Amino acid sequence: MATDTRVILICSGKGGVGKTTLTANLGISLARQGLTTAVLDADFGLRNLDLLLGLENRIVYTAQEVLEEECRLDQALVKHKQESNLSLLPAGNPRMLDWLKPDDMKRIVDMLKEQFNYVLIDCPAGVEDGFKNAMAASQEAIVVTNPEVSAVRDADRVIGLLNTNAIKPVQLVLNRVRPKMMANQEMLSIDDVTDILALPLLGLVLEDEQVIVSTNRGEPLTLNSVNSPAAKCYLNIAKRLQGEDIPLIDPVEESSGFGAKFRKLMQTKIF
Amino acid sequence: MAMTLRDIINKLLRRQPSSASTARERLQLVLAHDRSDLSTELLDQMRREILDVVAKYVEIDVDEGAVSLETEDRMTALVANLPIKRTMTGQIKLKEPKNQSEGSSQEDEVTDQNS
Repeated sequence: MATDTRVILICSGKGGVGKTTLTANLGISLARQGLTTAVLDADFGLRNLDLLLGLENRIVYTAQEVLEEECRLDQALVKHKQESNLSLLPAGNPRMLDWLKPDDMKRIVDMLKEQFNYVLIDCPAGVEDGFKNAMAASQEAIVVTNPEVSAVRDADRVIGLLNTNAIKPVQLVLNRVRPKMMANQEMLSIDDVTDILALPLLGLVLEDEQVIVSTNRGEPLTLNSVNSPAAKCYLNIAKRLQGEDIPLIDPVEESSGFGAKFRKLMQTKIF
Repeated sequence: MAMTLRDIINKLLRRQPSSASTARERLQLVLAHDRSDLSTELLDQMRREILDVVAKYVEIDVDEGAVSLETEDRMTALVANLPIKRTMTGQIKLKEPKNQSEGSSQEDEVTDQNS
């Protein structure tokens, strides 16, 4: 039994910012480091984690049957084909939302804690019951956002709720960073977002077309395309979670060799 | 408010500010309101009441007075900037004898030095 299991909520407020992709890739990366990891799809309404992991055809039972005691936990867990340290607990039927309570989520997570080092909870979008149920079962949280006004605003709402529910630490992942736009100050900078949200930055993820290719195939980037820009970012995030000191990349310097120094100068804060 | 070198050059050349700095300013404003949970009407009502209270003690420039929410590091502060009208001698003029007011509008932080 793993006594020091870390239960991490992956949330964002706004939909479509990359929660599920982050959950899938963090799950793979942690499993690769030899850590037993469970990813729990808490988005019962619009589940997708199974699809991103390529496990959609192997689901027999879900969290619903586990809660209704129609099956054992290990019957519902879907082990990843290539990465045996990673298991998915699929979301149940959307009708579960009618009766699911925070205590039900706690029960599931308590069961998972007995056999895994990490439990990653893929949270639904929004700040309503689905989010509150998932939060009730979590100890710490990763807030995913994009450098974009609506995503940052929604992240702020979520951070307020996490703070009042004593979830900590709460760390930030800034997803879909476009270095060129950031360098030209046509996109909120890393500092802008971390200053506004007042959260420590766990990592940033560069915008990467390969993410779409990988979801098409149901193979997270960190599984087979470890050299793509986004995959490197995900791997770094997993290492930082484990306490490794990996320096952040500077997207402005990343943007282009020529002119990068000039753009950097233009970003200098005067007051 | 944070300003970058590019922002200053844009300002000098009277160009539009970069969209990132516009985004930053708009976000800071909207988040101050989100975090305080105060509606614009409530904030306006509070502003008027604060002005009324302050006006009991000193003469203020009601048109110039601004009460706003500012936020930094997840802390939201109510910031009131109420220019106090002064008399020629530089003393803060109390409201009661309500006659001549050649008051030059000054920031309320300025301390009274020549009284």
